[in-house]
Amino acid sequence: MSFDVQKIREDFPILKRKVNGHPLVYLDNAATSQKPQAVIDCMVDYYSNYNANIHRWVHTLSQEATDAYEVARKKIQNHFGIIHPEEVIFTSGTTHAINLVANGFSSILKKGDEVLVSAMEHHSNIVPWQMLCERTDATLKVIPMNETGELVMEDFEKLLSENTKLVFLNHVSNALGTINPIEEIINKAHKVGAAVLIDGAQSCAHIKPNLKALDVDFYVTSAHKMCGPTGVGILYGKKEWLEKLPPYQGGGEMIKEVTFEKTTYAGLPHKFEAGTPNIAGGIAFGVAIDYLNEIGFQEIATYEDGLLSYATSELLKIEGLKIYGTSKNKTSVISFNLDGIHPYDVGTIVDKLGIAVRTGHHCAQPIMDYYKIPGTVRASFSFYNTKEEVDKLVEAVKRAKMMLS
Amino acid sequence: MTITTIQEELIDEFSLFDDWMDKYEHLIELGKSLPLIDASLKTEEKLIKGCQSKVWLHAEMTDGKVVFTADSDAIITKGIIAVLIRVFSNQLPETIINADTSFIDEIGLKEHLSPTRANGLVSMIKQMKLYAVAFQAQQKK
Ligand SMILES: Cc1ncc(COP(=O)(O)O)c(C=O)c1O
Repeated sequence: MSFDVQKIREDFPILKRKVNGHPLVYLDNAATSQKPQAVIDCMVDYYSNYNANIHRWVHTLSQEATDAYEVARKKIQNHFGIIHPEEVIFTSGTTHAINLVANGFSSILKKGDEVLVSAMEHHSNIVPWQMLCERTDATLKVIPMNETGELVMEDFEKLLSENTKLVFLNHVSNALGTINPIEEIINKAHKVGAAVLIDGAQSCAHIKPNLKALDVDFYVTSAHKMCGPTGVGILYGKKEWLEKLPPYQGGGEMIKEVTFEKTTYAGLPHKFEAGTPNIAGGIAFGVAIDYLNEIGFQEIATYEDGLLSYATSELLKIEGLKIYGTSKNKTSVISFNLDGIHPYDVGTIVDKLGIAVRTGHHCAQPIMDYYKIPGTVRASFSFYNTKEEVDKLVEAVKRAKMMLS
Repeated sequence: MTITTIQEELIDEFSLFDDWMDKYEHLIELGKSLPLIDASLKTEEKLIKGCQSKVWLHAEMTDGKVVFTADSDAIITKGIIAVLIRVFSNQLPETIINADTSFIDEIGLKEHLSPTRANGLVSMIKQMKLYAVAFQAQQKK
């Protein structure tokens, strides 16, 4: 299929909106992606036609809802190259999935154990592990990064030892766009017997991973980053690991038998799926995956790379503009600042011109501390953005610069 | 000038601009004209919470009136502080405590700010009123 961005834009009703009197230019895709009509329709269809609780199927509606939910699990399994459907645990998102794993490791780690985290993590991939280390007396160590925003692999290797039990990092950094060399990291971590968790929240919309080939132990992501609804995501875990970890939350769905003396837990995936889940969200996640695959991840990556290099060279023509995160290997994210101007001011002016960018520390304060800046302006592009929108961004940044300096 | 006159003056001043870009431009100019706070006063305890940008606010009593000085690392925020200082600085504590703040809505400041900035604005006013309350309590002692 040839890539026709104008046709694709028709699929996203929100792109017809005006903001502050200007047509919306949505460049905050790293925070959350917009939703195609197919995903919106799917949610409306569920609530209009077969809303029922699942896995309790005596009646027809419940059976239809359960089937649709399990079909979505299958789609997720196929998309991510997962061997067993029960290795797909539905969660409310990346944050929930990380907390589930961190909680599980409370009963596995002990004093003297070490866990490694990269220097470019989202707070949701830092804080749960810090809490875990506090509970278990394990030590948290940081894989440093360099000025271009890449991990220093020699230092990573030096940090590895037989004490290393866990390594966790994002596939792509949300603040810089750097694509981390996860194959190499997984291989090296496995050599010392450490498990690896990959946070795919920023990569899932751009890169289709094959989790079996990667041999990763855990992979987590959120549907809303890849054209799906908010409030749903997944934890993938190797079966051996998921069987080893204790349940996270107690409740309905996750039990086999309950008496006041003792409860036995249900098998996978239900052991980790306590309570009524986000049924419509789960089903719509499957639809979002279908939608993206229909366009094709290769096509998406090629198109977005084109936007990224165009935007990079146009923005760099503005005097005093500095880009943070200059790895050759990055997704379509540009974090930048104008010399002597606060990112918040730039974001405010740019918003008045209808352009949505994010400003601030992007939930990655350690990165900002590394560069000694209060934050950045971040423009993140998706396959439904256009070159014309890049031009509007560049014009808006120029205008902001003129007003603010 | 009374606090009400200053507020009316500000409302008039901002009503000269129809376009929000021009109002921002004016706010930025006001920000640039703000006298800087002494560097020694830019301490952790003078920082106001609830702003994405940093805001330092300092208050002193001079001849029974509260004098505010402030600074921020973001220029639009500084513009907002400049507006607030024009209204609240050099006033008696009780005037500040009892001051009506509807001029902010009339200028349209709040609705044109991002939610985080609007929160920051509310925190700044709150902090100014708190200073006034503290000075008033001292006077009564
Ligand atoms: C790299 C990364 N990890 C984790 C998260 C948190 O995802 P969620 O808020 O969907 O749980 C994000 C979201 O911004 C992210 O970019």
